[in-house]
Amino acid sequence: MIRDRGKAFYFLAIFFGLYVLFLYGPMIAIFVLSFQGPDGGLTFPMNGVSLFWFEKLFSGGGIVDIGAAFTRSLKLGLVVMLLTVTISVSAGLAFRKKFRGSAALFYIAVASLIVPSIITSLGIALEFRLIDDLVKNYGPDWLAETHTTFMGLFTSGLGAHLTWTLPFGLLIMFAIFNRFNPAYEEAARDLGATPWQTFRHVVLPIILPSVIGIGLFGFTLSWDEIARSSQAIGEVNTLPLELQSLTTTVTKPDIYALGTVTSAVSFLVIFLALVAIRALQNRQARQGSDAGSGML
Amino acid sequence: MAAAKPRLARWSDQTTAWLQALPLSFVFALFFLLPLALVVMVSFWDYNDYEMIPGFSGRGYTDSFEGCLAELPNLCTILKTYAKTLKLCFLVWLLTLLIGFTVAYFLAFHIRSKTWQIALSLLCTIPFWTSNVIRMIAWIPLLGRNGLVNQGLLGLNIIDAPIEWLLFSEFSVVLALVHLFTFFMVVPIFNSMVRIDKALIEAAYDAGASGWQTLVNVIIPLSKPGIVIGSIFVITIVMGDFITIGVMGGQQIASAGKIIETRLNALQFPAAAANAVILLGVTLLIIAALSKLVDVRKEL
Repeated sequence: MIRDRGKAFYFLAIFFGLYVLFLYGPMIAIFVLSFQGPDGGLTFPMNGVSLFWFEKLFSGGGIVDIGAAFTRSLKLGLVVMLLTVTISVSAGLAFRKKFRGSAALFYIAVASLIVPSIITSLGIALEFRLIDDLVKNYGPDWLAETHTTFMGLFTSGLGAHLTWTLPFGLLIMFAIFNRFNPAYEEAARDLGATPWQTFRHVVLPIILPSVIGIGLFGFTLSWDEIARSSQAIGEVNTLPLELQSLTTTVTKPDIYALGTVTSAVSFLVIFLALVAIRALQNRQARQGSDAGSGML
Repeated sequence: MAAAKPRLARWSDQTTAWLQALPLSFVFALFFLLPLALVVMVSFWDYNDYEMIPGFSGRGYTDSFEGCLAELPNLCTILKTYAKTLKLCFLVWLLTLLIGFTVAYFLAFHIRSKTWQIALSLLCTIPFWTSNVIRMIAWIPLLGRNGLVNQGLLGLNIIDAPIEWLLFSEFSVVLALVHLFTFFMVVPIFNSMVRIDKALIEAAYDAGASGWQTLVNVIIPLSKPGIVIGSIFVITIVMGDFITIGVMGGQQIASAGKIIETRLNALQFPAAAANAVILLGVTLLIIAALSKLVDVRKEL
């Protein structure tokens, strides 16, 4: 351990402070500017204080249909969250046992994380395009005649988002089970619990706080995702895509108001998740090592 | 009989594990492996103005490198674009590494209480939860022509005309990328650092090493896994990026990802796919070189 707080400590503390300022400064600027008065522009100084740009955002008839994009992103985020949690937990359990192909599957998950998003996105777009072509050319008549595309929010879009959220979910599961004491399960088995009972009443209560963490990751990663959605989402846009397209056209603080609103949603979700995690941890602490205590 | 039971149990364990891993395998097969294979396949297809034509052709590749030999020693468009992408990537990597390492070092070795460590790490994490586009546009009120920086410098009479290159330039691209992704360096490096046995640092001090010598000879080598993992993240993100470079470069700066996007918008799928294969190849080469330095799987 570094023993005395010499010059190095103060130098590093100042460096850290500047880094935090660098992280937050710009964001705070746009949060503040989103409360510009009706005559305000994209930069300081503030020209009055109002909720004008927020009203404009939600009154519709503005730059884009924010409400629809908002709902779409929210729905997609929730579905991605549910699937990420279910699939990651299930796969996390699988990886605790050595199964053939586990190494390959692990490397595929890591590869999915580091292959540039535009390539994955392009690949999914091509895949659906080729499937659509196949259906149009060789599909049964009743389908081929009216078919346009299978691409959409909950087909190609959902798949694209899962290739991004699942690797994170899996890595978190690894971290959880690296610290997991299997003695609890052995005890449950010795007491005659079935595998499902062991999972439901012993394993799940212990890992639940981290599982909520996975859900949180799943939702926010999906909520803010652009690169993988860019080609794979189909005809409609998610909120971040709308936001991105606005950056080139909008010269009014609407865009800051939109930024403030989406950030608020992210923060709200994280806040709720942290509260839930805290409550679960307290419950675990109260009930000692009995984890879920068989309560339903 | 006695020997059969464990084998049966093992077999059933395998089956359960397989079933549990099935959904994950399914998603990756359908939305990652198959699409990648199709990108490679389509990159060798022919195309015209409005559709792709199945059948082997190298046109996607030859179109991309058109005139490259003739123009030598000058670089043709695609080589110039890659040179620029690599330059941006190197700058961002270097800056995120220096900042990320310093921040992680401060958190891991100078913050003594666990609570403060967690609190300060969380402080660094929070901005990560906001959309990247918002974090990009957040620079506009600061760097724009009438932004705070220019206003401030004008007010102090340091400059007498607004600086134009602050926004929509390579400078703003690098700044935004560092702002967005230093986090990816801090986390793995911090994780490596907290695992370093404090006794080793004590030993270095006792043996008479200065703080700097300890840093160079003990801490940096032991943080290498984190440095490599963080580098892989930052490099792959920046190499494939087209959104940050697009928004912060004012849609004026070409990048490897941007080429793919442009081809896609022109509906030239085979050409887009060929460029994706090239980008993938370059990225994988860099990662392969980096992962020679450390066994990534062992470190997770």
